[in-house]
Amino acid sequence: MSAFSAIVGQTVSASFRAGGGALTGLLFFLTVVSVFPFGVGPDLNLLSRIGPAVLWIGVLLSLLLGLDRLFGQDREDGALELIMVSGEPMAVYVFARACGYWLAHGLPIVLAAPVLGLILNLTPLALGAVTLTLLAGSPALAMIGAVGGALTAGLARGGMLAAILVLPLSVPVLIFGVAAVNGALADPDPFLAPFLILTAFTLFSSVLAPIAGAAALRLGLD
Amino acid sequence: MPSQDFFPAVHVAAEALACERGGRPIFHGVSFELSGGEVLAIVGPNGAGKSSLLRVVAGLLHPAGGQVRISAGDAEEGKLHFLAYGDGLRSVFTVEENLKLWSKLYGGAADAGSIHDALEEVGLAHAMHLAARALSTGQRRRAGLARLLLSRRPVWLLDEPTSGLDKDGEAILGAMMSAHLAAGGAILAATHLALPVPPTRTMELI
Repeated sequence: MSAFSAIVGQTVSASFRAGGGALTGLLFFLTVVSVFPFGVGPDLNLLSRIGPAVLWIGVLLSLLLGLDRLFGQDREDGALELIMVSGEPMAVYVFARACGYWLAHGLPIVLAAPVLGLILNLTPLALGAVTLTLLAGSPALAMIGAVGGALTAGLARGGMLAAILVLPLSVPVLIFGVAAVNGALADPDPFLAPFLILTAFTLFSSVLAPIAGAAALRLGLD
Repeated sequence: MPSQDFFPAVHVAAEALACERGGRPIFHGVSFELSGGEVLAIVGPNGAGKSSLLRVVAGLLHPAGGQVRISAGDAEEGKLHFLAYGDGLRSVFTVEENLKLWSKLYGGAADAGSIHDALEEVGLAHAMHLAARALSTGQRRRAGLARLLLSRRPVWLLDEPTSGLDKDGEAILGAMMSAHLAAGGAILAATHLALPVPPTRTMELI
């Protein structure tokens, strides 16, 4: 447990130091979302209709930015080997890195989403629904991202490849996230069902992604 | 921190190890035995597979054949220390922060006092609060040595342990190795330079 919390702590604290990327991710999110009103034009109804999806896609894209460093740095400086020799299960290490990644890169973006929702003309109910679904669903994005990061840890420019690998796998999370928001806003659509599926994605990926990521890292060292 | 406690009976046995990299055989039929209090030096030219052999023993590489058995009393996990080119020091963190993480992962002492003592022993106490990016090659090596001191593990796998160290650093490494052997630990070292402690046996890879 102390190893788990130590790795989570190190991941978070490295993300906020010079070149750590957590603030870059947040700024990227702000930029991507604020570009939309310029592209779509001043149609407030249209903006508020696509707003939840824009925020969700913004989070999805921002969470791709730090993936190349998530394991790539450990791979380069030999830390990955030391972790394997330590006898600490690799899945615990992958889970800890992914949790730290979500805390440092995901959580600030999720908390910024309702603020940015204002420029997309979202109603208070929509702001709440987007934030709630992002809180429930974005950990799944971090977990899936960790698998992509682990698969590409040994590659030069692995970040791009990780993004290509991760985006298609993240589509179900995006679909149910946005569906849950729409369910909260439009009356006939259900909210609870897609929201529960979204939560299930997070739980499911929290179990599977560490195992898959650990296998990928071990193969990569061999 | 040389400790008074002795390691339980340490034994490393490799039987007919074979290793392939990228489909090409590196070595085959490598067998050795190593007990507590012994140093086995693996020598050979560049590319002979010294590092690969250490990585196979460390469990980082799957052998193409043969097997390694490592026993140290009843311990299931946490028997090995691995010192290689990659030192696992994150440049944005201080030496203390780096060592604290490794000590926690390796089940060692992670308090500031122990870290200071270990750094004192490798002559790096003054750099405790420096960011790792400010360290020279030799200082990074010394920080790696401090990692070995912080958590007691019976078997040390050292890959070119003297590289980057000055005379003083070699003497420190020698003292550490002697203390480790005296406590009943075992050392497997791959090197093309002379070790500061005379090896019990030498094995040549060609």
